[in-house]
Amino acid sequence: MLNMSDIMETITMIQEENLDIRTITMGISLLDCCDSDAKASCAKVYGKICRCAENLVRTGDEIESKYGIPIINKRIAVTPVAMLAGASGGDPLDYAVVLERAAAEVGVNFIGGFSALVHKGFSPGDKDLINRIPEALAGTERVCASVNVGSTKSGINMDAVAMMGKVIKRAAELTADRHCVGAAKLVVFCNAPEDNPFMAGAFHGLGEPDCVLNVGVSGPGVVRAALAKAGCGKDLTQVAEIIKRTAFKITRMGQMVGVEASERLGVPFGIVDLSLAPTPAIGDSVAYILEEIGLETCGAQGSTAALALLNDAVKKGGVMASSSVGGLSGAFIPVSEDAGMIKAAASGALTLEKLEAMTAVCSVGLDMVAVPGDTHEDVLSAMIADEAAIGMINNKTTAVRVIPAIGKKAGDMLEFGGLLGSGPVMKVSEKSPSRFIARGGRIPAPIQSLRN
Amino acid sequence: MRAVITVLGKDMVGILAKVSGTCAQANANVIEVTQSVLQEFFAMVMLIDVSEMNCDLAELRENLGKNAEGMTIHVMHENIFNSMHRI
Repeated sequence: MLNMSDIMETITMIQEENLDIRTITMGISLLDCCDSDAKASCAKVYGKICRCAENLVRTGDEIESKYGIPIINKRIAVTPVAMLAGASGGDPLDYAVVLERAAAEVGVNFIGGFSALVHKGFSPGDKDLINRIPEALAGTERVCASVNVGSTKSGINMDAVAMMGKVIKRAAELTADRHCVGAAKLVVFCNAPEDNPFMAGAFHGLGEPDCVLNVGVSGPGVVRAALAKAGCGKDLTQVAEIIKRTAFKITRMGQMVGVEASERLGVPFGIVDLSLAPTPAIGDSVAYILEEIGLETCGAQGSTAALALLNDAVKKGGVMASSSVGGLSGAFIPVSEDAGMIKAAASGALTLEKLEAMTAVCSVGLDMVAVPGDTHEDVLSAMIADEAAIGMINNKTTAVRVIPAIGKKAGDMLEFGGLLGSGPVMKVSEKSPSRFIARGGRIPAPIQSLRN
Repeated sequence: MRAVITVLGKDMVGILAKVSGTCAQANANVIEVTQSVLQEFFAMVMLIDVSEMNCDLAELRENLGKNAEGMTIHVMHENIFNSMHRI
């Protein structure tokens, strides 16, 4: 017989501590949709997505009902569209429109892959696509874009970094009447993972199978509750153990849902991405975990160390629980989506500089950070360069999802609503990096790239 | 194939009868019941066999909600507990 306390623990996790399957994301390769004619290519893309993902949402809902575990999002990631645009020519915007239509048809809330991989240089289609990102994000609701501008193996493409500052600014300007949401659907990566199920940075990598199912689980609230229950008498070794045990249980659930969903859909199961992904819901916060560990507020000295402990323990617990852990796996620290981070940033306890330091040990990077609307595009580019450098040197994924809040200044609030939450506009150094950015070229790959 | 029904709420007469009656209607065999009442608080965990059931879990959940109004009821496939708590 199942143990009653185990049963109640699971139910409490789901009902009171916001445990959920954050997303099941179907990765679909569009390489066989390439055509020298852009129109034909778009038609094939639409057909393939609708065919592969026809039952995705229904299957997710069925599993949710069977196990009583909420599956919040069903999403799709596709091959970086720049490759198709490179082969077919034409306006990449047509692909964004067709992705939006396909996503609406199958009922997913986001589709990722309006992307380009330019970490070493641009191939045909890349520049065209990047230049059209602002219009693509303004003209669609569900399409997400990402650009990989650097990697440990290849260095940082500073020409792309310079472009992205302008693209982010323009994406925000074009959606100024919708809380600049365009910029919230755009991620600039260094070392982008090919199997990440989380938006806005999901795309289907070239090394992936034709169609695959990846699962992202969440549960900051569960970790915080487990630590709160243990009390403050535990030392940090014991804290790490508690986090590991909790992460293990969460991941086992993600693994089970992923395997069942992939069997029902008849596609291979890819990975479980074990990420503590906060939501604006009370208690579902990574910042509150850091505070539970012992900080007065997130952003205090010690935040980086506490986050490093958390991020590492989450991975160690998760890796045992799943046949393959992948994606970003770790702790996310998106400012606008995390009640504790919002509070810390609004009160001034969390500065952009401290946040940047924390990104060196978290699983992603500067995520959902609102900056003043008049921030110069070169400053945005320099933020990307800094973040990419952290990722490149530390062999880790880093990302920048920064939102210039048009018409707002430091201290104001930018309200997105829903899962994206609301972000206090953070102060950014106004000193000019323009000469540095204007140099262009490539920051060479670091010595640690030579591992053969 | 088995599922776990949990019922939580204020104690009153006939909760077990209502829940097991609804299970019988759905042709779900009750395998094991653990129940406790602490002061006025009622908590029950019931393991049922759902392989011969004449409706799906969502429908059973809905019927339980209707028949035992005011109680918090969860119906979940047992695999979720096995995967989380057993290696």
